Amino acid sequence: MTSLPSIPPAKRLGLVIDLDTCVGCHACAVSCKEWNTGGHVAPLPDTDPYGKDVDGVWLNRVHGFEAEADSSSNMAGRTVYFPRSCLHCEEAPCVTVCPTGASYKRGEDGIVLVDEDKCIGCKLCSWACPYGAREFDGDGGVMKKCTLCIDRIYNENLEPAERQPACVNACPARARHFGDFNDPDSDVSQLTAERGGVELLAEMGLKPTNRYLPPRSSATVGDGASLEDAADAGGFLGWIDRVLSR
Amino acid sequence: MQPAYSVIFLTTATGTGYGLLALLGILRATGDLPDDRAFGVFALGLALALISAGLLASTAHLGRPERAWRALSQWRSSWLSREGVLAIIGYGPAALFAYGWLLLQQNDGIWAMAGWGAALLSVATVYSTSMIYRSLAAIPRWHHPLVPWNYLILALATGALWLNAVLAPFVSGHALLQAICFAALAAAWLLKIAYWRAIDSAVGDSTIASATGLESFGAVRPLDPPHVQDNYLLKEMGFAVARKHAEKLRRLTHLLAFLAPLVLIVLQAATSGQVSLMVAALAAVSVSIGVVLERWLFFAEAQHKVMLYYGADRI
Repeated sequence: MTSLPSIPPAKRLGLVIDLDTCVGCHACAVSCKEWNTGGHVAPLPDTDPYGKDVDGVWLNRVHGFEAEADSSSNMAGRTVYFPRSCLHCEEAPCVTVCPTGASYKRGEDGIVLVDEDKCIGCKLCSWACPYGAREFDGDGGVMKKCTLCIDRIYNENLEPAERQPACVNACPARARHFGDFNDPDSDVSQLTAERGGVELLAEMGLKPTNRYLPPRSSATVGDGASLEDAADAGGFLGWIDRVLSR
Repeated sequence: MQPAYSVIFLTTATGTGYGLLALLGILRATGDLPDDRAFGVFALGLALALISAGLLASTAHLGRPERAWRALSQWRSSWLSREGVLAIIGYGPAALFAYGWLLLQQNDGIWAMAGWGAALLSVATVYSTSMIYRSLAAIPRWHHPLVPWNYLILALATGALWLNAVLAPFVSGHALLQAICFAALAAAWLLKIAYWRAIDSAVGDSTIASATGLESFGAVRPLDPPHVQDNYLLKEMGFAVARKHAEKLRRLTHLLAFLAPLVLIVLQAATSGQVSLMVAALAAVSVSIGVVLERWLFFAEAQHKVMLYYGADRI
């Protein structure tokens, strides 16, 4: 049944992505591709990878945006790097449109997955997702999406510290955090509360699990103390200024 | 959205086929169509051929067509699944109806019921098809209350015009059917004009800022793209038709799908003999070409919200 879970999942696993600290290095996207092309949803094919028409399935894409200053909110303008992947929505439209039951949301932790043995490749789920989280694998004829690395986070063969999504492990700026949003003491819940984590496209009411931390208002640049006239400052600096001003 | 030819063919062919089947079922039950076997074979054959060809074509755009049967399982939640289930159930009363007409020459009692049943399931199937699009909030131009009406009335209009063309050699001047053709075309035209006006004046409620969570800033613009060549998302959802081409195609749709068939139906009523037959056939061909254009535009003009991440300002 590709209805959504009838009772709210016990855990709500997801990511917090810090747009203040993301440097746009694409390490998350590359490590995602690297892990998942051999993991649960393997392979993530590339077509013509060294040719003219490079294309391929990636479950994480890093966009760069230019955000202008805004005087009313006192935000300075800046470049914002924005990693985009599945948000594991509570009201996931990609799940309910699926005609075969291949697209489903897990009752235990809220992760949205594709059962590739049932997928007929009709692409309707990718049409239903406003976030562009799903990419079609033309080789296998099935849909691919982020699994939140279910083959890492529950993997007892990995060191406990590594039982996190590949993108979180790879981030050199610590801009990505993984955890349970149902646990108020988790990192992700705390960060969301402290920093005002936002839902993307909140007006659509899909209740995405992942939250994005907006950039902090930057420190005001150019307000450093002036060194031009220190004659009255006294001490060594005042003496130097008086000597040099003669 | 990328206008996939298999889906354009699916929705226009099954729409016409179901419109035709529904009219045959109802007009036979009310005694407004002749018993003539040759006519029955032609008309029912055309309806079922259009429906079956459309449904088969729909599997052409699947990544794994051999698993298409799995699409029948999720009718409780998915409109695509409902479409498939209703399409298959629909063959039951249609076969019964054909048996009663072509072999027994009956149109009352259980055979009339079969006709009504086939009509009801035809309407339900076309409605399900339209709801596949209507239910997608990520594509506001499809997520519009007029969309199911557009699909239903166009199915009726195209079905009626093809029935009119097939019936013309057997019955000259079927006033009721010509009235249905005229009314359905006029209603479909008004609905299409209302739909185009609505989507042209709609202001999207999602912006590049709400898509990225950067609402506390001023204007947000894309700077570094995430990849240097088109990916699946851009190929599938990024298709956009230039405004001047869309306007030209809309004018052509006005002409071929609505104006020309309306004029030709009136002309058919005013003429007789061979001329009347030719005019009826021409009207059917014209409306079909027009509806293919209309459906192409329905896809090509639809904007997907994912494009907010790739340069769209507001959708």
